[in-house]
Amino acid sequence: MARRKRRSFLKDELEVIAPSKLVIEDVSKTFQSTSGSVLALDRVSLNVAEGEFVCLVGASGCGKSTLLNIIAGLERPDSGTVLADGKPVTAPGRERLVMFQEPALFPWLDVLGNVLFGLKLKPNLSNKDRRDVANYYLELVGLSRFEHANIHELSGGMKQRVSLARALAPNPRVLLMDEPFAALDALTREQFYGDIQRIWESRRKTIVFVTHNVREAACLGDRVLLFSPHPGRIQDEFAIGLPRPRDINSVDLAAYATRITKALKALGQGEAVAK
Amino acid sequence: MKRLLLSILFFVVLLFLWESAVRAKIWSPVLLPAPAQVAAYLKSATLDGTLARATVITMRRLLMGYFVGLVLGLPLGLLTARWNLFRDTLGTMALGLQTLPSVCWVPLALLWFGQTEAAMLFVVVMGTLWSVIIATETGVRHVPPIYRRAALTMGSKHLHIWFKVILPAALPFIVSGMKQGWAFAWRSLMAAEIFVTILTGFGLGQLLHYGRELSAMDQVIAVMLVIVVIGLLADKIFFSPIERFLHRRWGTSQA
Repeated sequence: MARRKRRSFLKDELEVIAPSKLVIEDVSKTFQSTSGSVLALDRVSLNVAEGEFVCLVGASGCGKSTLLNIIAGLERPDSGTVLADGKPVTAPGRERLVMFQEPALFPWLDVLGNVLFGLKLKPNLSNKDRRDVANYYLELVGLSRFEHANIHELSGGMKQRVSLARALAPNPRVLLMDEPFAALDALTREQFYGDIQRIWESRRKTIVFVTHNVREAACLGDRVLLFSPHPGRIQDEFAIGLPRPRDINSVDLAAYATRITKALKALGQGEAVAK
Repeated sequence: MKRLLLSILFFVVLLFLWESAVRAKIWSPVLLPAPAQVAAYLKSATLDGTLARATVITMRRLLMGYFVGLVLGLPLGLLTARWNLFRDTLGTMALGLQTLPSVCWVPLALLWFGQTEAAMLFVVVMGTLWSVIIATETGVRHVPPIYRRAALTMGSKHLHIWFKVILPAALPFIVSGMKQGWAFAWRSLMAAEIFVTILTGFGLGQLLHYGRELSAMDQVIAVMLVIVVIGLLADKIFFSPIERFLHRRWGTSQA
């Protein structure tokens, strides 16, 4: 009996679960700095459909990472609400996992230990189940051979792969990615574009992806939203109607990227005048 | 293997120089006994149990005091790291008292506790405590905030974060604080044992002291050797493995 029960938990764990819908309403956030207060987000509203891949693009310091942190529950908005599947987000939780720009892996654990960290916080799983789940995701990101490697022995790209496995392992419904590839070299990044699309298709997650790389946004997103800084607002929106999997070097994609870049530059002009 | 041989060779040469100095009769044999004489004392003191008894008494004082220092120091260090109130009060006091050579606690301990084991324990605890508090606090404050944020998103909170994230992340600092605390405790205990005769037990320090009283240089040197060996063993058996683990995991330079 007990055996059968355990098995069913493992199956649930690896099952493709329904991705979550996000509703962001009138979210504002102000930061106090030495040079005065900065309006990082000014009444930002945004709907993300279940299983949608949305990219937020903008210059650094435009508040897009702040929005991501608020969706994650790591920061609280001054006003406005974030709903995940109709429930207000008040604290971080493993339904919405974050992949940061720096890998943020724990150096006191090996690769497997890092992937297991979130799984150990999930009840109803036996240790064997947790290992099986961890191994599944390590294989998904192509790092099975490195499960006992120390973090410092990995390259930047491998570290981000572990981060991805760690974020996927607790089977979150939303994946929040904060410029995860910004620190990687171009070649490693291009590999990731293929992998992320493949994983997104197979695991069905709602993804909010922050980047300042327009091409990257056009390659990955169903929609690309443009952010302007001071105050942080969503200024423009592009639906990317290209079939998947998309190749970052394709001509069609370049056309989209050019349009988005133009719009972004127009915003940049406005910003320069305002300063 | 080559390193081991070189190491052995070094000590053989050292012994040889010592023996030659004795044979050259530059100093009186009372001041500089031959290696064989020291070895003879070591042998007889080992056989009649003097050394073993003294070592057990000293180690008991040291380990008990060290343990109490750790058990008090770790939570107090966490408190000072967590709340600025504790940092400004307890943290400042710890910083001040850490600069005080711990042997300076001996007179106070004697007046408070008399010639008792409690006085010894107190001195060892004072040697350990402040270093551990400061190292724990520094370690915790140096934990990159992103570790905490990452753990929070994975559903870790409160005590789980402290035990599974903050403490392990601060481990390199805490271990170096433990090592410093150990060194301070060991030194102050020896000083206390040499100064103070405690009737409940004669430790290595007292053995050293009586060696001087009797002008028994072979005993003095032999006990010093034992003290050195204990220090080396503590390092090799206890701290080295932990440090090797830290170096391997964190990828810091191999010491």
